[in-house]
Amino acid sequence: MAGMMRERFATVATELLDENDRVAVLTADLTAKLFDGARERHPRRVLNLGIREQLLISVAGGMALAGMRPIAHSFAPFLIERPFEQIKLDLNHQAVSAVLVSAGASYDIASGGRTHQSPADVALLSTLADWTIHVPGHADEAEAMLRAAVAGDDRVYLRLSNQTNERPYGTGFHVLRTGDAGTVVAVGPLADAVLAATEGLPVTVVYASTVRPFDHDALRAAVGDGADPAVVLVEPYLAGTSVREVDEALRDRPHRVLGLGVAQDELRNYGTPRQHAIAHGLGSAGLRRSIVSFLAGGRQPTR
Amino acid sequence: MAPARYEDLRGLMAAMTGDEKHATAAASTLDVLWVLYDQVLHVTPEMADDRDRFYLSKGHGPQAYYAVLAAKGFLDPDEIERFGTFHSPLGHHPDRVLVPGVEISSGSLGHGLPLAVGTALGLRARDVASNIWVLLGDGELDEGSNFEAIAYAGRTGLDRLHVVVIDNHSASHGWPGGLETRFAVEGWSTERVVGVDHEKFAAACTAPHPGRPRLVVAEVDAVIPDLH
Repeated sequence: MAGMMRERFATVATELLDENDRVAVLTADLTAKLFDGARERHPRRVLNLGIREQLLISVAGGMALAGMRPIAHSFAPFLIERPFEQIKLDLNHQAVSAVLVSAGASYDIASGGRTHQSPADVALLSTLADWTIHVPGHADEAEAMLRAAVAGDDRVYLRLSNQTNERPYGTGFHVLRTGDAGTVVAVGPLADAVLAATEGLPVTVVYASTVRPFDHDALRAAVGDGADPAVVLVEPYLAGTSVREVDEALRDRPHRVLGLGVAQDELRNYGTPRQHAIAHGLGSAGLRRSIVSFLAGGRQPTR
Repeated sequence: MAPARYEDLRGLMAAMTGDEKHATAAASTLDVLWVLYDQVLHVTPEMADDRDRFYLSKGHGPQAYYAVLAAKGFLDPDEIERFGTFHSPLGHHPDRVLVPGVEISSGSLGHGLPLAVGTALGLRARDVASNIWVLLGDGELDEGSNFEAIAYAGRTGLDRLHVVVIDNHSASHGWPGGLETRFAVEGWSTERVVGVDHEKFAAACTAPHPGRPRLVVAEVDAVIPDLH
């Protein structure tokens, strides 16, 4: 399954290049090989810039100023964190747009260590206005998101991962299960783990694959009218990233919210993504413990 | 309206700087900008799609830029009086969303040239035959982002791309051998013009450079560094 989303991205982006002459694909060596055929057909619109990630974002901004619809791609730490000022100034401040597509989400590259991990990418990008942030849990979702993003003209971050659910649950927000003891929001690739963790628990499970903008109405509808609602947010990146969105959605009523996700503390271990998920309490057993404890009124999630 | 003259710029500058001798950072840029807008760039206030693009990368001291834009009809000269005030479109660093004729918002150093590389690539992909001009300062070259752009533009022969560096020797650690050597080794066509003689500078800006991006260094007197 590894790399499925990234390969689908290359296939679909290549189709979009053939269909629309304003589309450009920019890489900084990583994944450039998957675009060899496309580069041969469209040498002026498929550009590999070398290992130059500041230039990657600036060129996207400059191309957008020239009326193009650029797609820029690298691994998440090199696409979002390293050139963050370029995102802030060469896209947002210039009032232009691009589609940023990352691979290597959170602990996808577990054995690569900290340098190849950026679990705070969504939190960091959320400090800027007007970014649509997609966290697909399946290659089919990623494909639909990419097609919509390229057809539009807004700023879009598409966060691809090697961690996927068995089947697609759709774009946007979807209620997967209903119950009256609380609401669990499962973001992107963690949906199957959340479904397993909440088996037999009387909770509503909402699937979310687009987290910015966060669908406040869908969350309110799922939470229902009961008193003192409890919401558990399970995100495959920095824990708590979207807690403020839940607070905003429920600002007119007392509520409790627990944000689960990747710990801020650096995990100085290698191994596999599965081992990292478990270490962050994001395996189904760890999730179940935290969810049950929180819904029972526990103040601290247990690890 | 009578065509704007170089002499008109001083009054516009004075309205922003408060006196006619001050603001050397802005003044060192004035002659360069004037020659570019008067003799080199194919651009009018209509901002046609196939216009030449000018990117002011060193966004500091933008008074000269605003003065030239006003003199050339891009910007209402009355706006000059309100420079830097809350409701003015004219800030201490320019904003393309607010100022007619301004192509990029700048101020943080090291962004204009990489953006210009992108625009040159974008216009080339669209078969639009515009030239792209970027103005930097020699101190600004300290920013490493420029070198990602210099290398890539040189190696890919981006010949619609033109850079003017105003060299007032303000880089804290200098550029031994001359800053142009950093461009030349990457395949750029380069020329240094000492002093801002309008004719010599215009000639350097219009010299042919087939298949290579072009650098013109305008060397001016060293100034007391402006640390803002």
